[in-house]
Amino acid sequence: MSESLQLTRTQRDDLRTIAGMIVPASDEYKVPGADDPAIQADMLTTLGRDTKLVTAALDVLARLAGQPLAELDATKRDAVAQEFRKYGGAAAATLVRVVLQCYYRDDRVLTSLGLELRAPFPKGHVLPDGDWSLLDPVKARSGTLRRAP
Amino acid sequence: MAESPGKRRGREEGVSMKDPVDVLIIGAGASGAAVAWSLAETKMHILCLEQGGWMNPAEYPSTGRDWEAKFYGEWSSSPNVRGRPEDYPINDDNSPIKVVNYNAVGGSTVMYTAHWPRLHPSDFKVKTLDGVADDWPIDYDALTPFYEENDRMMGTSGLSGDPLSPLTHPPMPQQPLGLSGAIIGKAMNKLGWHWWPSDTTVATMDYEGRARCINLGHCTPACAQGAKSSTDITYWPHAVRAGVELRTHCRVREITADENGMATGVVYFDKDGVEQFQPAHVVIIACNGVGTPRLLLNSKSDRFPNGLANSSGLVGKNLMFHPYAQIYGYVKEPTDSNRAPPTCLWSKEWYDTDLSRGFTRGYGVQFVRGAGPVFEAVVSEQKGILPWGADHHRVFRKLNGHRLGFSAICEDLPEEHNQVTLDPVLKDSHGIPAPKIDYTISENSRKMMDHALARGREVLEMAGATDICINSPIPWGGWHLLGTARMGTDPKKSVVNEWGRTHDVKNLFIVDGSIFVTSGGVNPTSTIQALALYIADQMKQRLANLFD
Repeated sequence: MSESLQLTRTQRDDLRTIAGMIVPASDEYKVPGADDPAIQADMLTTLGRDTKLVTAALDVLARLAGQPLAELDATKRDAVAQEFRKYGGAAAATLVRVVLQCYYRDDRVLTSLGLELRAPFPKGHVLPDGDWSLLDPVKARSGTLRRAP
Repeated sequence: MAESPGKRRGREEGVSMKDPVDVLIIGAGASGAAVAWSLAETKMHILCLEQGGWMNPAEYPSTGRDWEAKFYGEWSSSPNVRGRPEDYPINDDNSPIKVVNYNAVGGSTVMYTAHWPRLHPSDFKVKTLDGVADDWPIDYDALTPFYEENDRMMGTSGLSGDPLSPLTHPPMPQQPLGLSGAIIGKAMNKLGWHWWPSDTTVATMDYEGRARCINLGHCTPACAQGAKSSTDITYWPHAVRAGVELRTHCRVREITADENGMATGVVYFDKDGVEQFQPAHVVIIACNGVGTPRLLLNSKSDRFPNGLANSSGLVGKNLMFHPYAQIYGYVKEPTDSNRAPPTCLWSKEWYDTDLSRGFTRGYGVQFVRGAGPVFEAVVSEQKGILPWGADHHRVFRKLNGHRLGFSAICEDLPEEHNQVTLDPVLKDSHGIPAPKIDYTISENSRKMMDHALARGREVLEMAGATDICINSPIPWGGWHLLGTARMGTDPKKSVVNEWGRTHDVKNLFIVDGSIFVTSGGVNPTSTIQALALYIADQMKQRLANLFD
């Protein structure tokens, strides 16, 4: 059983809310927010070793908010988020990283960025060889290695 | 036949016994593999004990869609984060630079950037040239044939003829310049500064059974293509075929010694966690600059109360990391991002001492091509340049795929207070005391890092970069673990002699980065392996009187 299932309903709600504040949906770029159900599901099923710190971060968030984050008005929610980002330490950093690492592997997001929906292996990438005449001035300047006795 | 001291010890301690071997190597990484392969031609019974196992490239991060996320967990470069059974914890709380390594057949060559500069001839004579630290007891010329041999075995790519680097003969051509390399080259040319395509151990053509690089990009945490050289796919297949026995998932607890001060073998935990005693006529340590002092300090006895081979008191002292000063920014043009090996070019413009800069010695530079989207998002958010909220998407698109980096590898001079000791509390999964690191960055290094950052900013600005960020030092940048069992001719001032034998124990050798006297300003693996081959050669030449 995934450790992420240990998150309470309230914690999952707060995770979804803060994720949507970090990366909201955008019509302009045609991308979902990080509160999208599929991205949230990815987070919860792959939380694994990060569960402890993410849970700690959600505890901090709950303490700062005093109630479910989603129930705060926008001004208060933003203030809580700023406090969380500023003083949340390693736990908050872990939560943010979990949100971003799941967001930036979502097919819709990668498509919007113009990236291929695949692992690097086995296809790899093609790299231009480049213009090696750029090295000519370095060759022309030459230079010498420092002598050793 | 009289019972050997080793067998007696094993019997007395109630641990399982093994038949003795001629040579026992501890550690199957960069140096252990090289020394095993070189000694194999002697036809001696050679055994290597490795705490990790064989790697499975099919499980490497770049084979999966979650390739970047794995770098934050099971494929972290930090053993403390990874926490695999093969890893041992390291208390590095008292160090601004955290230790990174990898434990497996291949060691940290499984997880490295494959950047392959050599030390310069002047690096071996820093006392004579600059009046600091100590000269090495050997010079560059002594290592030259072994650098060359190692380059052939590891399979290097590069462009011969760099005017500011020692002459090399890479068997494969250099990596493509790519988009990032061209931007960097143009900027460096405008400034009139030296740059050159790096020697690397990335195969740019099919080589000795390895497939050529196809630009998976995520090279550091292991190469699924096998294009990046690691000793599990270079030295070890040859060594095993030549008869070397490699026993995996075996963690050595201590090296034992007899009343005459000779090593008798090792006590280790086998793959089932059962304590074993392995007798040996010669013991070679290849555990890196943290693992080696840890093992020696854990090998205390009545004869060696301060740890084995430690009459000088220098085991664990003089730890050198290479503080990395990194600066990066974002250009308008696309860069190679994660679509190529991360390092492609180096500069030696500031390698040699110029006291007008305000510090002694110098630094090498490795340029970085870019980063993948997850890494970009995570670190940019942490740096505060990627906002939360509605503007996130616009800013991310400006950053992602546009990064260029400048990393200075600053020469770290030896200082005794920078050290590896045994942590009084922390232990590994077998109950063996873990290493503790105490390390500070010297004033000389700080000045050097500041100088490098200023030059890096000039380069980036010349390239048109904005949103410039700094990591100085790179906190998770303790790749290079050097100096903690230094080489020298004076037993009071060094741990091993000029051919790698410990002064105190005549059948005990050290071949890893811990024997470095000074660190130079380059990645050390090429030199570590050249030293291992050199020491193996010295041993072969002296087989008849190895213990005299």
